[in-house]
Amino acid sequence: MRFILRRLGFYLIAFWASITLNFLLPRFMPGDPVSRMFARSQDRMQPEQIEALRKLLGVDDRPIWEQYIDYLHNIFTGQMGVSISRFPTPVTEVISSQIGWTLLLGGTALVVAAVVGNLLGILAAWRRGGAIDSALPPVLVFIGSFPYFWLAMGALYLFGVVLGWFPIRHAFTDGLEPAFTWEFIGDVGAHLVLPALTIVLVSIGGWMLGMRNTMIATNSEDYITMAEAKGLRPGRIMLRYAARNAMLPSVTSFGMGLGFVVGGALLTEVVFAYPGVGYQLLNAVQGLDYPLMQGLFLTITAAVLLANFLVDILYVRLDPRVRSN
Amino acid sequence: MTTALLKQPTPTPAVRKPNRSFVHGLLSNKKALTGMAVMFIFIALALLAPVLFPGDPSRITAMASLEPSAEHWLGTTAKGQDVLALTVHGSRSSLFVGLTVGVASTFIGILVGLASAYFGKFIDEALSLVTNVFLLLPGLPLLVILAAFLPPGLGTVILVLVVTGWAGSARVLRSQALSIRSKDFVAAAVVSGERAGRIMFREILPNMASIVMGTLLACVIYGIGAQAGLEFLGLGDVSTVSWGNNLFWAGNEGALLTGSWWVFVPSGVCIALVAFALALINYAVDEVTNPRLRKIKTPKTPATAERSAAK
Repeated sequence: MRFILRRLGFYLIAFWASITLNFLLPRFMPGDPVSRMFARSQDRMQPEQIEALRKLLGVDDRPIWEQYIDYLHNIFTGQMGVSISRFPTPVTEVISSQIGWTLLLGGTALVVAAVVGNLLGILAAWRRGGAIDSALPPVLVFIGSFPYFWLAMGALYLFGVVLGWFPIRHAFTDGLEPAFTWEFIGDVGAHLVLPALTIVLVSIGGWMLGMRNTMIATNSEDYITMAEAKGLRPGRIMLRYAARNAMLPSVTSFGMGLGFVVGGALLTEVVFAYPGVGYQLLNAVQGLDYPLMQGLFLTITAAVLLANFLVDILYVRLDPRVRSN
Repeated sequence: MTTALLKQPTPTPAVRKPNRSFVHGLLSNKKALTGMAVMFIFIALALLAPVLFPGDPSRITAMASLEPSAEHWLGTTAKGQDVLALTVHGSRSSLFVGLTVGVASTFIGILVGLASAYFGKFIDEALSLVTNVFLLLPGLPLLVILAAFLPPGLGTVILVLVVTGWAGSARVLRSQALSIRSKDFVAAAVVSGERAGRIMFREILPNMASIVMGTLLACVIYGIGAQAGLEFLGLGDVSTVSWGNNLFWAGNEGALLTGSWWVFVPSGVCIALVAFALALINYAVDEVTNPRLRKIKTPKTPATAERSAAK
């Protein structure tokens, strides 16, 4: 319990730090980007909306601590202003319409990469020096050396443009009405394959090597020898005895991997024009849409922190050593 | 890079002896040699770029979208720029930014890590908290936000990459420094009244030289890759010639949609080659300094040779 509380405190501090960063950035950056934004979009907005945005982004004359308290109040009541580039939609509405796509893409890719990567790692460690162990790691490290977006564009060109196997942009075909029909789900699946596959390709090496290295250490434990002496089936020893005890670091990486999902998904979403929060973040940056930018960053951070906290709770369930102290 | 590699650990007297074997070990390690050879070629190309391809590589000409030929080895872009010249000139900015980011983030990492480990208690708690917060904040979105608020330019790119990149090295260096901090010779130095700065930089730091070097190489790899990503998103300084900007323009001009793969391939391959070369050197440093990973010097069968090569 103490462990959980400590972690919770840490995540709260981290969240506070990102809120404060968000608060300070528009106020202390040179070049006054906020005024630039207002100059660009003044004629479309109502005076009271401009006033609200000025308060949100710190273009008013009140003392800074008063602005800060106001800002915190707005964040916790979910008032993040209206989007400029999609005027007059509130920021929260824009975000909630898009976070699902990011979770779908990132979640699918993360789960596939983690499962396949860990299995490969288990096999590599079990047959140390075998085909999987000697051939795959150098190949995966080499693939991992390429810039991620470059591989994604290459895949897009090869499988989308030249071969035409997969659709090249967006999450579903234009004009198709989102609904729970087989047609729509199949369409979404087809659009998901290529982006998810590229993420899996670059991240699988890390999972595999991590699992392999921990499992090599577990393989030399006495209880493995004992299990072999008892004459248990090799498959059972491999999965229930060795792999199970080597899983813990992978659980931690899973939490960390969620951060990569949101971060890495930004480039994927940009390359494939996938309508998630990362793609929207870049659009907001290009359209000088500061309220949306801030809202997106806070949402992404909150999601990452929450996911890590859930993994911590899971960790307490899995590792008795954490519980005992 | 190569010269920095060979010179870096030598001035510290405390590691005089292991150092000679360290350099020797690196020079007789195949991975290190391959990596250093690749890096040497790229550094030479970067330095010689103005001689090899005089003039402005991004000058727009009428010879647009030509396929690779004897005159333009790697073809031309949609704006008629020679792709080979762009790629060679691009190495200057990419290597410079990568190296600067690597050195700066490693330096911050060393300061934070050593201070954490040496002072402990409150300072350690505070520094670890800051490090962990930075590690947890999603890197790429933070990068994008920072780049959006700061005025565009090379300085911004470097600053932003250092801000998002130092935390990882700080964590690694701290844990290593902690284990050295608990050694007897550090306690002896404390008892004999050495100053804090001297203990940190003269006693502890030289003993973690290999980890520092590994961190440095990892940070340089991060710097080059992240710069390319940032510039690809159009958040760098689009007027400079670098690998990331070459790819940004390739995407912008629809090089792939029109089938001009030669515009798109070279810069990406260069980034991958540099990253792979640095990773090879990094593995070699590990092998040379970690006795458990070192190869056993006995005549071996092809099978075992293959196995140890894959590690």
